[in-house]
Amino acid sequence: MNTIASLHIGEMGYISEESLDSIPLKLLEMGCLPGAEVQLVQIAPLKDPLYICVNGSHLAIRKETASKIKILKSE
Amino acid sequence: MSKKDIKVALIGNPNTGKTSLFNQLTGLTQKVGNYPGVTVDKKQGTCKLSATQNAVIIDLPGTYSINPTSVDESIVLKTLLKKDIKESPDVILVVADVENLKRNLLLFSQIKDLEIPTVLAINMVDQMTRKGISIDLTALKEELNTEVVLISARKNQGIEAVKAAIIKCHVAAKATPMCDNKKIDPAYFEELKAINPNYTLYELWLMVTQKNFPEEITKQEKEKLLSFNKDVSKLKKYQHKETIYRYQEINKILKNTYLVDKSKAKDLRAKLDKVFTHRIFGYFIFLLVLLLIFQSIFDWSSLPMDLIDTTFAELSDFARSNLPTGVLSDLIVEGIIPGIGGVIIFIPQIAILFLFIAVLEETGYMSRVVFLMDKIMRRFGMNGKSIIPLISGTACAIPAIMATRTISSWKERLITILVVPFTTCSARLPVYAILISLIIPDTKIFGFYNLQAFTLLMLYALGFVTAILAAYILQKTLKIKSNSFFVVEMPNYKLPSVKNVLFDVLEKTKAFVLGAGKIILALSVVLWFLASNGPESYKNAEQNTIEKVANKNLGADELQQKIAAVKLENSYIGIMGKSIEPAIRPLGYDWKIGIALITSFAAREVFVGTLATIYSVGSDDENTTTIKEKMRSEINPATGKKIFNFPAGMSLLVFYAFAMQCMATLAIVKRETKTWKWPLIQLFGMTGLAYVCSLIVFQILK
Ligand SMILES: Nc1nc2c(ncn2[C@@H]2O[C@H](COP(=O)(O)OP(=O)(O)O)[C@@H](O)[C@H]2O)c(=O)[nH]1
Ligand SMILES: [Mg+2]
Repeated sequence: MNTIASLHIGEMGYISEESLDSIPLKLLEMGCLPGAEVQLVQIAPLKDPLYICVNGSHLAIRKETASKIKILKSE
Repeated sequence: MSKKDIKVALIGNPNTGKTSLFNQLTGLTQKVGNYPGVTVDKKQGTCKLSATQNAVIIDLPGTYSINPTSVDESIVLKTLLKKDIKESPDVILVVADVENLKRNLLLFSQIKDLEIPTVLAINMVDQMTRKGISIDLTALKEELNTEVVLISARKNQGIEAVKAAIIKCHVAAKATPMCDNKKIDPAYFEELKAINPNYTLYELWLMVTQKNFPEEITKQEKEKLLSFNKDVSKLKKYQHKETIYRYQEINKILKNTYLVDKSKAKDLRAKLDKVFTHRIFGYFIFLLVLLLIFQSIFDWSSLPMDLIDTTFAELSDFARSNLPTGVLSDLIVEGIIPGIGGVIIFIPQIAILFLFIAVLEETGYMSRVVFLMDKIMRRFGMNGKSIIPLISGTACAIPAIMATRTISSWKERLITILVVPFTTCSARLPVYAILISLIIPDTKIFGFYNLQAFTLLMLYALGFVTAILAAYILQKTLKIKSNSFFVVEMPNYKLPSVKNVLFDVLEKTKAFVLGAGKIILALSVVLWFLASNGPESYKNAEQNTIEKVANKNLGADELQQKIAAVKLENSYIGIMGKSIEPAIRPLGYDWKIGIALITSFAAREVFVGTLATIYSVGSDDENTTTIKEKMRSEINPATGKKIFNFPAGMSLLVFYAFAMQCMATLAIVKRETKTWKWPLIQLFGMTGLAYVCSLIVFQILK
């Protein structure tokens, strides 16, 4: 199963509906919603955290959180 | 008589321009106070809305929603849930970023549901054309059912419209909710609402989810509300559903009123991010930035500091020769003037450091540093966000500890608070500066680098390394469970606004002068008293000395000096210094340094002031030479050697690097951790470490 953590830099995906419960409320509130398009912008030098862009918000989240959010990769 | 002031609270996501708007509205009227009950700073100022109507404006910390995850954010919730008339805001001014209106409206929708009159200010409209954004203002007003204004806080546009909207909104004083949670689960929310219909459904819902109850709620009601709290997973699920529902509503509204032409929206961000977060250049640039800050602080502040130093010495001379002799004059010349000088002297360095921090935050670079450093800091039990307190700590630990409020994990925050005082704050600098100039030769190493400057750099490094190591040990030993959730927004890069930066520097410098400054000044006066009073032996000092040296044929000056020295030795402070001398002799200090150590337990910088006082009391000559010269010539009568020699000087440097000697910091730590446990651990842990290390240093070098 693909998660945000398995994206490559520059790659995009859609947050899957089934991961709703594993997205922390705070991230939801910041625009990280099921169905939203998410792009991995940058990975920090030590492979963590990840810098993503979702729903117009540019956010840095830790790999641990990112690996819980399932996505569907867009071609 | 003008009408009663309207209380307006500024609320919005971080970096939307709340503070910029606040500065535009209030100008120099702003001041920092305390929230009653919540011991957190509140920035407040007044603003003239119209000829007859004034407003009190409050700047609140940025937040993404009113469900708080950090101390900073919880202030917003507490302010909004307050029902008593005196404290609760009359109008909420929500500041939103035009570029990310959708997300900003989430917070707006929550506030709207509290049914408080709300004005929406959409900021940064100067960016609209560049980003290809267009807004149908009339339709948006209609849809949101509230006053909406387009502004640019930076360009000072639309400010008058904001003022008009506040008045209009206040007069209308009606507010309709935007979302209705009953749509999520009618029965559940119906039952909730029935508990107390005087509150809005959303208020009751917040009481349930945040366990934050207003005082006037009855016991029964509270119990009923708590019963909703039993099913945690259901609660969580509904909070999730609520957020999605809110976004759906917002999307509906924005669909026809807010359009973005994506083809125009290309920006500098991606390119700059590539450089600033690069795996090698990223760290390299950060290091350069730190070195630049460090270098500038010294280059720019040395001139004003010398100026302040000599000005106060001259002022003392002037006062001495123009005031009538007497106790009061002594107090002014030897106590108050050097005391004030000891506070003022820090201003250049503190202001310059805050200037840099403000610029780094304003430009958006600081968030990139947080991103780069998170993984590293986490290994040491902290958080990427800890880097800001650690840098601020090089100015003053007090604002640094306040800056930890954005860290949501309690353990990471506590560790940061505990280790911040190890960083080299500006209060240590005068101590370092004077000791280094006494014991390190003014030569160049590697042909170009000044050895004295290099020593100082090493002391800074020592501070940071110790902070990091201490954090590592704390991480391993502290048994605290706390979730370490981390999310940081990466704002757009921006040119800093001069006004914002200056206000920020002004505010923090003022806080230092008024906070720590008071303690320093008070201690200077106490110290002067203790040095110029004493028991019987002090009063007889003059007589005894004259008798003792009667056959030595001393000149008048020499005799006077001898008397003064004997007096100091027998004063209260001299007795205190002497009584700790056995404990500090192994570290290489004499009783005069002992006095300085005692007095610096309140605040380090008093060290220099104390020595200044001691030496100006001790050598009662008419010309007040600068402190440095006096210390340099100080000879230990027992050994005939200089007191401030290399081993003792190094030992003192190490002592000041580690010891917890700042009453103001301890008070802040108590306030932020809500117990005396942690400040006491800092006091004894750090000072114990200082004692042991100084002992080792002196014994090896001696
Ligand atoms: N272009 C533009 N930038 C702005 C405007 N208002 C504020 N800023 C910038 O946005 C950043 C954040 O502003 P600040 O007032 O600190 O936001 P706060 O975090 O909400 O208090 C700063 O760099 C400001 O200079 C505006 O109207 N236009
Ligand atoms: Mg602000």
